[in-house]
Amino acid sequence: MIEPIGTVADTLLYLNGVTVSFDGFRALNGLSIVLDPGEMRAVIGPNGAGKTTMMDVITGKTRPDEGDVIYREHTDLTKLDEADIAALGIGRKFQKPTVFEMHTVWDNLLLALAGNRSPAHTMFGRPPAHERTRIEEVLATTRLVEHRARRAGDLSHGQKQWLEIGMLLAQEPQLLLVDEPVAGMTDAETEATAELLREINRTRSVVVVEHDMAFVRALGVKVTVLHEGAVLSEGSIDHVSADPRVIEVYLGR
Amino acid sequence: MRRITVGDGLTLVAVLGGAVLIAALNLATPPDGALHVPSFVLPLAGKYLCYAMLALAVDLVWGFAGILSLGHAAFFALGGYAIGMYLMREIGTRGVYGNAMLPDFMVFLNWTRLPWYWHGFDMFWFAFLMVLLVPGALALVFGYLAFRSRVSGVYLSIITQALTYALLLAFFRNDMGFGGNNGMTDFKDILGLPLHADATRAGLLVLTAAFLSAQLLLARALVRSRFGKVLVAVRDAESRVRFLGYRPESYKLVVWVISAVMAAIGGALYVPQVGIINPSEFSPANSIEAVIWVAVGGRGTLIGAILGAVLVNLGKTYFTGALPELWLYALGGLFVVVTLLLPNGVLGVLRRRGTGDGVVPKPLPVGEQPT
Amino acid sequence: MAPFVARVLLLLALLYPAAARAQADDPYAAFATHDYEAMRAAIETLSISGDARAPAILSALQAGQLRVGEDGTLYLRAADGSLREALSGAAAAGVDAAALKEVRMNNAVRRALDGALGGLRLFAADPATRAAAAEAVFKGRDQAALPALDRAFAKETDAGVKSVMAQAHAALILAGGTAGESDKLAAIAVLRARGDLEASSLLASLAGQPAAVTSAARDALTAIQRQRQLWDIAQSVFYGLSLGSVLLLAAAGLAITFGVMGVINMAHGEMVMLGAYTTFVVQEAMRAYAPGLLGASLFVAVPAAFLVAGAVGIAIERGLIRFLYGRPLETLLATWGLSLILQQGVRSIFGPSNRDVSTPAWMSGAFPLGGLTITANRLTIIVFAALVFAVLMLALRRTALGLRMRAVTQNRFMAAAMGIRTPWIDALTFGLGSGVAGIAGVALSQIDNVSPNLGQSYIIDSFMVVVFGGVGNLWGTALGALTLGIVNKFLEPVAGAVLGKIAVLVLLIVFIQRRPRGMFPLKGRAVEA
Repeated sequence: MIEPIGTVADTLLYLNGVTVSFDGFRALNGLSIVLDPGEMRAVIGPNGAGKTTMMDVITGKTRPDEGDVIYREHTDLTKLDEADIAALGIGRKFQKPTVFEMHTVWDNLLLALAGNRSPAHTMFGRPPAHERTRIEEVLATTRLVEHRARRAGDLSHGQKQWLEIGMLLAQEPQLLLVDEPVAGMTDAETEATAELLREINRTRSVVVVEHDMAFVRALGVKVTVLHEGAVLSEGSIDHVSADPRVIEVYLGR
Repeated sequence: MRRITVGDGLTLVAVLGGAVLIAALNLATPPDGALHVPSFVLPLAGKYLCYAMLALAVDLVWGFAGILSLGHAAFFALGGYAIGMYLMREIGTRGVYGNAMLPDFMVFLNWTRLPWYWHGFDMFWFAFLMVLLVPGALALVFGYLAFRSRVSGVYLSIITQALTYALLLAFFRNDMGFGGNNGMTDFKDILGLPLHADATRAGLLVLTAAFLSAQLLLARALVRSRFGKVLVAVRDAESRVRFLGYRPESYKLVVWVISAVMAAIGGALYVPQVGIINPSEFSPANSIEAVIWVAVGGRGTLIGAILGAVLVNLGKTYFTGALPELWLYALGGLFVVVTLLLPNGVLGVLRRRGTGDGVVPKPLPVGEQPT
Repeated sequence: MAPFVARVLLLLALLYPAAARAQADDPYAAFATHDYEAMRAAIETLSISGDARAPAILSALQAGQLRVGEDGTLYLRAADGSLREALSGAAAAGVDAAALKEVRMNNAVRRALDGALGGLRLFAADPATRAAAAEAVFKGRDQAALPALDRAFAKETDAGVKSVMAQAHAALILAGGTAGESDKLAAIAVLRARGDLEASSLLASLAGQPAAVTSAARDALTAIQRQRQLWDIAQSVFYGLSLGSVLLLAAAGLAITFGVMGVINMAHGEMVMLGAYTTFVVQEAMRAYAPGLLGASLFVAVPAAFLVAGAVGIAIERGLIRFLYGRPLETLLATWGLSLILQQGVRSIFGPSNRDVSTPAWMSGAFPLGGLTITANRLTIIVFAALVFAVLMLALRRTALGLRMRAVTQNRFMAAAMGIRTPWIDALTFGLGSGVAGIAGVALSQIDNVSPNLGQSYIIDSFMVVVFGGVGNLWGTALGALTLGIVNKFLEPVAGAVLGKIAVLVLLIVFIQRRPRGMFPLKGRAVEA
């Protein structure tokens, strides 16, 4: 726990001057981002801009060399590991759909359900009735009801993406980090995914990393453009697409 | 809890029924009768079932948690040594030197006092407690260090190999007080029952079968619980599990310790039946052999481990008796053939199409690429 | 009979004038008399005469092998009973040995002889003999040798021999007790500079000396002991380096197959074993067809072992490992099976017992270096390991094949896209690693038993070295091997050989848990399962 400082107040996530180097390459270079509670934010940027590294830092996979990563005004995320951070209510969806392929859809959601994560509990605890109800709900939200008994490995690519989002929902997070949710989806699936994310945003905060500009435009939220590990531009999609620096980075000189 | 599956049921019937049948046919038929089972079969069958326990333990960690232990025979041997110490103390004044307190090898080394760690082993309950505690504690410390620092995959396999190698070297030393090179042997009786009597051996065989059955049921319950589902998830996508808020290291540690204790119980039942325990049980090759039993039977199936252990050891008994120089070719060939052609083992071939547990997936890269 | 007598008479006639002259001015003539006093005087004269014949004749006298004929001629009787004339050195054919008498001595003569012999060798023509004589004086501390020593010291021109003489002088001064305090202090300084066990035992044995001498001796003793400790450490480092070189040889091939390619080859030890057996076969072939060249057999064995093990390695890669890329645990099991087959194969062909591999003469023996004992075989292994490592580095860094290997391991798809035949590079890389293991086998055949189990004893160590050094980093492997070798040798005296090895294993286990990627990890690259 650290003392709340001025700018931290009333923020959900506060990144200040975060720097991460790998072998002399600066993946993040003084990145600062502030996310308000309930906000949905789209993060875009060319390859190598540091989008995934930013996710890694927030979820505890990578420790920053310097800088602050503060959640809900006074929790220093750099001191916690992945499991702690997940328990705080920060969920993450990977770029490639990562589900437990050998388990059924149902079991994937069961494992994701919020609850006690200790070995003793999972060994002896019996699933209570409300868990079943909750899984049914998530299945309905993610349109996977009739696939509940199938092995996750047998699902289509889009269904896996949805299952992973469903697992995020089952986790009951306060903040969702979603990495390229519509990569490899059909247009119809992309639209449905945008819909789903807006739905989720009613009760939770969301950070979406995406390449697909049409999708970002469809979300209609504040956009942060990353470049070389730092924020290049921030604002509405129209604002950033008009920013000459953004145009330069995306289109080249 | 779901009902027992066909495979598990058949295995339980085969293990328990087979052991009881062998015991009965040995004890209750006349020695020259057509159905008589000769006495040497009793400890031989018991030995296979003990190996099956070791295999079951390896399968629990390798098949379900993805931890390839190349040192599991160390836990088996430690369990064996603990019971061996009890059996040595049971010999009492019937040893060559007739020393009531000191085992023969200590008298031979001119020791005058029993080392402190030998005290209590004259009591069976204490020895049995040690069978559980010593390997369990070693597994706890080793596993805590290894899993906490996220040592995994091949690295973990190599250090488990180093662990059993270090123990091998240690137990070879006379100063360790465990009989050095020769280990412990010439046991007389267990709980007052003569070890060479057929009735005792038959009893031990049936007891071993009972323990193996109990272990299978326990392991099955474990892997079917949500705990077991987390384990499989850890095996297939460890970092995804982490981001769901689980600590894979705790899960690995728990299953690792349970598995070590299961192997130790196998070792404890093994020693009274084969009548000897020596440091060669720690040899790294033994641990690797146990892995191939599992691979032959079918990784991640539990019953495959039991099947594989019995099949391979039947083969070993046959080959080393009939064609000793061919055994290593056969065993080596088995390693190659199974890994290349039968990734799911004999059971995989039998089932043809796997369902749920029992089919090992290709390793899944967790989807993160640096942007 | 008659010709024989005539010949003897002729001989005597020829010799007579010389013998008569010797009687007058030659001290050797005294030995033909029974005058012990004359003999003693003659010995003393001879001891400082510098006459080249004196040492041999006096030695023979001491050994009871000096004979005198009826006519006073001296003969040397050799161990096989043959006779030579002592003064001319000519063979004494036809002299009846039974007619000769042994030259006898009393105690006074014997004492003079002992001193004189020591003294005489101090003037020998060969510097090594002079040094050995001075060393004998140092150890014997016979005060009677002092005058001869001083004269020899004055005449000495060889610096090395001169310093040994100075040490002998110092030893006599200190042991004697008649010298002055300043002489003794100077003597202590000389001994302190000598600094070996002899010097320290002499210093420790000093008693009843003036306070200044005692304290100087004590200081010198401490200094010597500290010096000895440093040398002991240096000796342990040397032993450690040689053990580390063995480890490096065994692990260098693995550093390529496991470290660079990421292939867990449990049959790596068997590649080493094949190299050792190749050495055996090469030696047997040379014994049969070219026995004169046997001393050079290792120079033939090295390329032969590289080719044999390399070819087997390529066969393993093409026949087995290529089907298992990306499945490290399966590779581990399959190659372990292969190792069993290779062991049993060798056992079937060559038998289960150890085979004799001879060691060339230039690899045996030892020489001192300062306070160190350098054994030739250890030194050879160190030099050999360094050579192999250097060649390996050059091959990877400077050759076209090395460039392609590095390209394939860094980015397989890119390399393939640029037209590199990646399957061939895989096979050749694996062959290179296996070939290096084979070369290690040649070296190990010199220090270990050549048996089918040879490889097994190195496999765990080799993996430990590679993991410890940092996977994928050849320099790390080298440093890791040398570090482990040295640590092992330092632990050995403290804990004993077996416990030392156990301690190293336990330390390694803990180390890997602390730093799973080794001492020198390559960042940003996963060789993980």
